[in-house]
Amino acid sequence: MDQDLKTELSKHGIFATSFEELYNWGRKNSVWPLTFGLACCAIEMIATTMARYDLARFGAEVFRPSPRQADLMIVSGTVTKKMAPQVVRLYNQMPEPKYVIAMGACAISGGPFRDGYNVLKGIDRYIPVDVHIPGCPPRPEALIHAFMTLQEKISGQHLTGESRPRHLRQDLPSEFPVPEFGEHGLEPPQNNEIFPNPLKVLQG
Amino acid sequence: MTLPGMTLESISSRLQASIPGCQAELVVNGSPSAQNSLLIDRQHGLEVARLLRDDLQLDFCSNVTAVDWPDREKTEKVKAKQVVDGVEKEIEETRKTIIPGYLEMVYHLFSMTLKEGPVVLRMRTANRTDDVSLPSFTPIWRSAEFQEREAFDLYGIVFDGHPDLRRILMWEGFTDHPMRKDYVPPPDDELEALGER
Repeated sequence: MDQDLKTELSKHGIFATSFEELYNWGRKNSVWPLTFGLACCAIEMIATTMARYDLARFGAEVFRPSPRQADLMIVSGTVTKKMAPQVVRLYNQMPEPKYVIAMGACAISGGPFRDGYNVLKGIDRYIPVDVHIPGCPPRPEALIHAFMTLQEKISGQHLTGESRPRHLRQDLPSEFPVPEFGEHGLEPPQNNEIFPNPLKVLQG
Repeated sequence: MTLPGMTLESISSRLQASIPGCQAELVVNGSPSAQNSLLIDRQHGLEVARLLRDDLQLDFCSNVTAVDWPDREKTEKVKAKQVVDGVEKEIEETRKTIIPGYLEMVYHLFSMTLKEGPVVLRMRTANRTDDVSLPSFTPIWRSAEFQEREAFDLYGIVFDGHPDLRRILMWEGFTDHPMRKDYVPPPDDELEALGER
């Protein structure tokens, strides 16, 4: 049904929608984040949920302290190599559909601590990230923008066809390998399935 | 330092008088802070620490840290006499000597009773590779426990007499000592390898 006809019908008090739209509308307006903070970005995340910025307007006020009840992981802060396996394990324990926002320079790339011996150079090495937000730390407005970007992504997903979300596909993995503590760093240093090594990409 | 007994010179002479064979060398800091320190030998470290706590009432060890001193090359010009074609000539030679490296512990001691401090102690290991043990000061000042574990973790200094010597920041099974000058991080930075950074 095209948009013009829908608008015309709504003028006459008739609401027409598709199952897909209704389904995605419901999903995108009740994304429950995991209560999970790593560093200073977590303070901005907390500020976002409080009265002044009020993430509840977007249906995400319920921060769940258990990964089993959460839909969204906001990686807010520096991921140390010692913490990275636990972050991946928490992600694996979340049920589908699940999403990840990498908040701030550290979660994206290691940020100012990238050259440190103890800092993971971006959480997208081990888990798939849906929205990246730059900033050090990003302001609450930036997190809200990231959240709205995620909502747009959810509402644009088709329930059939190749682009359908991961929880409707049997062939895509829902859990990712947890890195192990090695003698010099994490083993493996990245998950090549989701984070292709740029050196190898260039070499073909 | 206000009390006459608390200058580093007087502490040094008192240590040498009380503990036979003890070395307590004054290390002068030439910077504006002029925070001089005492270099003590590791064989008498524990006795020195006990004397400082019990007799000089330095009852609080606030800061424990380590310094890595790698091998240094020293060049000096030396005048030497050499016989060239039967004639003795004086020529100038450049001599290079390698000063072997060591690991150094630094302790900052205060006295809560006398409101004095800091007294800075230094202790050095024999080298950086196989003889890296120092006496632990944890039995004397309990506050040294975690900070000595940190020095063990990040510098690889082994403390004899430490009650619980384990890594504290890095995981068990990690083999490197990241704060050493010659530490090379694992090659997990692709951007650096691409020359983008």
